[in-house]
Amino acid sequence: MARNKKTDGVDESTEPGSFAPNKARRTFLKKSSALVALALTPPPVLKAAEMEDQVTAAFEKVKITLHVNGTRHKLAVEPRVTLLDLLREDLKLTGTKKGCDYGQCGACTVHVDGKRVLSCLSLAVMQNGRKITTIEGLADGEKLHPLQEAFIKHDGLQCGYCTPGQIMSAVACIREGQAGSEPEIREYMSGNICRCGAYPNIVNAIMEVNQSGQKV
Amino acid sequence: MEKAFFDQDNNDNSLDRVDGRLKVTGAATYAAEYQLPNVTHAVLVTSTIAKGRITSLDSKLAEQAPGVLAVISHVNSPGVPAYGSSPAMPQRATLGTPLRVFHDNLIYFSGQPVAVIVADTWQRAEFAASLVKVQYEKEPHQTNLEANLSRAALPANVQRDKNSRYHDYDRGNPEELNTAAVKIEATYKIPTEHHNPLEPHAIIAHWEAPDKLTLYDKTQVIKGTQGNLARAFKLPLENVKVQAKFIGGAFGSGIRVWPHVMAATLAAKKVQRPVKLVLPRELMFTSVGSRPETIQHITMGATKDGKLTTITHEAVAHTSTYEEHTERTILATRMLYDCPHVSTRYRLVNLDVNTPTWMRGPGEVTGVYALESAMDELAYALQMDPLELRRRNHADSDPEKNLPWSSKSLKECYAKGAAHFGWHKRNPEPRSMRQGQMLVGYGMASSTFGVHRNYAKSRAVFQADGKVIVQSATSDIGPGTGTAMTRIAADTLSLSPAFIRFDLGESTLPDAPGQTGSTTVSSVGSAVKVACEALKQKLLQLAVNTPNSTLYNTNPADLSVEQGRIFKTGNPATGVTYTEILKQNNLPQLEVTEESKPGAEWQKYSMSAFGAHFVEVHVNPTTGEVRVKRVVTCAGVGKVINHKTARSQSIGGVVGGIGMALTEESVMDHRFGRYVTGDFANYHVPVHVDIPPIDVFFIDEHDPHVNPVGAKGLGEIAIVGVAAAVANAVFQATGKRIRDLPITPDKLI
Ligand code: FES
Ligand code: FES
Repeated sequence: MARNKKTDGVDESTEPGSFAPNKARRTFLKKSSALVALALTPPPVLKAAEMEDQVTAAFEKVKITLHVNGTRHKLAVEPRVTLLDLLREDLKLTGTKKGCDYGQCGACTVHVDGKRVLSCLSLAVMQNGRKITTIEGLADGEKLHPLQEAFIKHDGLQCGYCTPGQIMSAVACIREGQAGSEPEIREYMSGNICRCGAYPNIVNAIMEVNQSGQKV
Repeated sequence: MEKAFFDQDNNDNSLDRVDGRLKVTGAATYAAEYQLPNVTHAVLVTSTIAKGRITSLDSKLAEQAPGVLAVISHVNSPGVPAYGSSPAMPQRATLGTPLRVFHDNLIYFSGQPVAVIVADTWQRAEFAASLVKVQYEKEPHQTNLEANLSRAALPANVQRDKNSRYHDYDRGNPEELNTAAVKIEATYKIPTEHHNPLEPHAIIAHWEAPDKLTLYDKTQVIKGTQGNLARAFKLPLENVKVQAKFIGGAFGSGIRVWPHVMAATLAAKKVQRPVKLVLPRELMFTSVGSRPETIQHITMGATKDGKLTTITHEAVAHTSTYEEHTERTILATRMLYDCPHVSTRYRLVNLDVNTPTWMRGPGEVTGVYALESAMDELAYALQMDPLELRRRNHADSDPEKNLPWSSKSLKECYAKGAAHFGWHKRNPEPRSMRQGQMLVGYGMASSTFGVHRNYAKSRAVFQADGKVIVQSATSDIGPGTGTAMTRIAADTLSLSPAFIRFDLGESTLPDAPGQTGSTTVSSVGSAVKVACEALKQKLLQLAVNTPNSTLYNTNPADLSVEQGRIFKTGNPATGVTYTEILKQNNLPQLEVTEESKPGAEWQKYSMSAFGAHFVEVHVNPTTGEVRVKRVVTCAGVGKVINHKTARSQSIGGVVGGIGMALTEESVMDHRFGRYVTGDFANYHVPVHVDIPPIDVFFIDEHDPHVNPVGAKGLGEIAIVGVAAAVANAVFQATGKRIRDLPITPDKLI
């Protein structure tokens, strides 16, 4: 019932029902990077396995600039790295969560140029020059964002793992003008799964903030 | 005594979740989020056959792939010392032999880890994993429970234990069924379900020295995991540290030490660097247990005026070939109603799948689904209101143990729930109620879960700055453990909660049992209470023994405390604060550690929580789509420690129950012995749009017998019975009795 469907629907696995995803894509990446490395690099370098690793890595990386929570980051990233993994593993911004990696749970929701985006379905290289806001960038210093306050007040969380994604979606939901009623909120928040089942409290939190007319 | 209701609209003085701020700002650190220098990334390669053996495992290409540090499999595993010496690894939980990771070439289920790749980045490990070539010799597998019912057997671990409660049980003469005035008989099925906490299981394993291991693990059993790893690797207990400060849900999936934990630990040993392993969502279906598929057969007999005379209940569930997972499926049938003739049978069938495990409300949730569906069927056979049928068969004492209840408010739950829900408006005739095009149905079910309590310890430290640090090695998978403990400590010490800090989630803290079976407040809460009481007594003693204190030589019995201030009862103007007492005695801090465990009260009383759920569904007669429109849930769970978080826990249970009733099903392709529903697009958990407003009520029970805190536990009972209430509502709406969950539209059209 998750409303966000897996967009990468191609099953390239060979075994029936095998879960190994995207073998072909990986093989391609490996081959192409190795070929480029082979063409441009003097033979002695290729002999050293360690060097080969570094060379391959260097050729596989793309230079991008991201503005994350107001900070400019100049980065060299592999094209296959998702925005989610870049945030969590490279920038150590672990507030954005990985719940499924397939665009089905909403835990990884961030704002890109103000719009909600599933960061697991977005490659980091596609965001060059964009402004990213994560849960860590939502509060104004010590002062929590109204939705963060409301989630605490209405207890719109239990384990807290879906919470950053719920809050980022909720902010967008209000900004989009899709938080006018409880049914509307339920509909437009349905891409964010909460396995702990905090849904009614989350809806109450969003309703309150929307009705208060506060800027979100 | 008149019992007070907790009314959800009554704003009580509940605490906000103490870790709420950390969670809403993204600052809470879950297992995979610890920043360790030099951390490496691991990816599992898993078996593609369900039974057989590995004939060759070629990892050459993978080893040469960029960034790869090691490929570990049965071919080169550094080995787990405990595996070698004995065929069965010692452990605390399920009886059997936990899967021995990378120990030999045998395959027991599809999805079994056969190798682990370690690389400098996760992407590189993922890629290298695709290069490992594994060849197998397949053997025919069995994964179909229904096709293997002829192999159903009393679990061997039950046969070995004459005190087991899963032996065949007969009370009175179940043959009486034949003479009953009204009878029903039905078979109910629940599919395999998966916990699917939103945070996938994750671990960082770090050998800080060749004999010192630290795990940042998603586990709800911190001390148990520490002990398990210490035994497995033959290390002194204190050399193993386990940390789990934040856990993104678990619902039972974090109770055991699963194969991926051993895989990461072995990998870290091999590469001598910290190894991070996060299960991809699809491996959450084969790595961390499941609720077992269960087929139940129930017969019921009653007199014409609705007095139960017989119940028989047989349950057959699946387990793996290498372990026996047993759960309390048939136990509620022996005690929920007053019935003279009762028999239960419990059987397992071993299949070539990974071992099932406890999932929220384990056993009871399965058994009560069948029992409460059958009660509804009996009510229709009797042409009696289903609620009235339950009232007439109320068990005033425990009919199995022949003991009085320590407390019970089931009748109050029926009354409160029915009144708030408007049950009297129900027309029992199926398909008689409509709203527009929609068929409307009302359904209800009772709910119960046993009270359990374990040994626990807690330390309480009063500091010079007026703060109290309270500690125990428990965890918080979501209910708000820290919040409840803060409340208990604050109330016991007569201090504002703002002065309390509760520490959990580390194996170095005082011993706590696992966060399982709704035992955390009853066990750890009791230890916290006892420790804080001891601390308070120490402070009182100091106050009356300090010569320059205004309370010098006062009898402690004549003292009161409010907001951390001790004074002579009736004279609040006198007195000293806790902080002043410490200062007067030149003490930097005051510390106590206390333990708490169950005692003789368990022989005198039967202890259970009870409740009732009321559900309204709308069913689209054309498409068969079922929408739950509202739910009223009411439970008597002893003392409710913090209403705000307790209410959330109840709501969460109902949401889980709605998923169980309507959407959750792990589908196995028996040709390959493999689950085909390995993600959230195929395994359907409820989302926002599926969940209506849920009204929660608690009956405030004063139960001095269960434990010092007086709380019975809430996490499990919240879900027990919900699926039956939904199914019963669907029957009243449609006239169709769907006896195999989930009730998907195709079954209704
Ligand atoms: S991680 Fe689940 S949608 Fe991105
Ligand atoms: S709070 Fe646990 S998944 Fe939402």
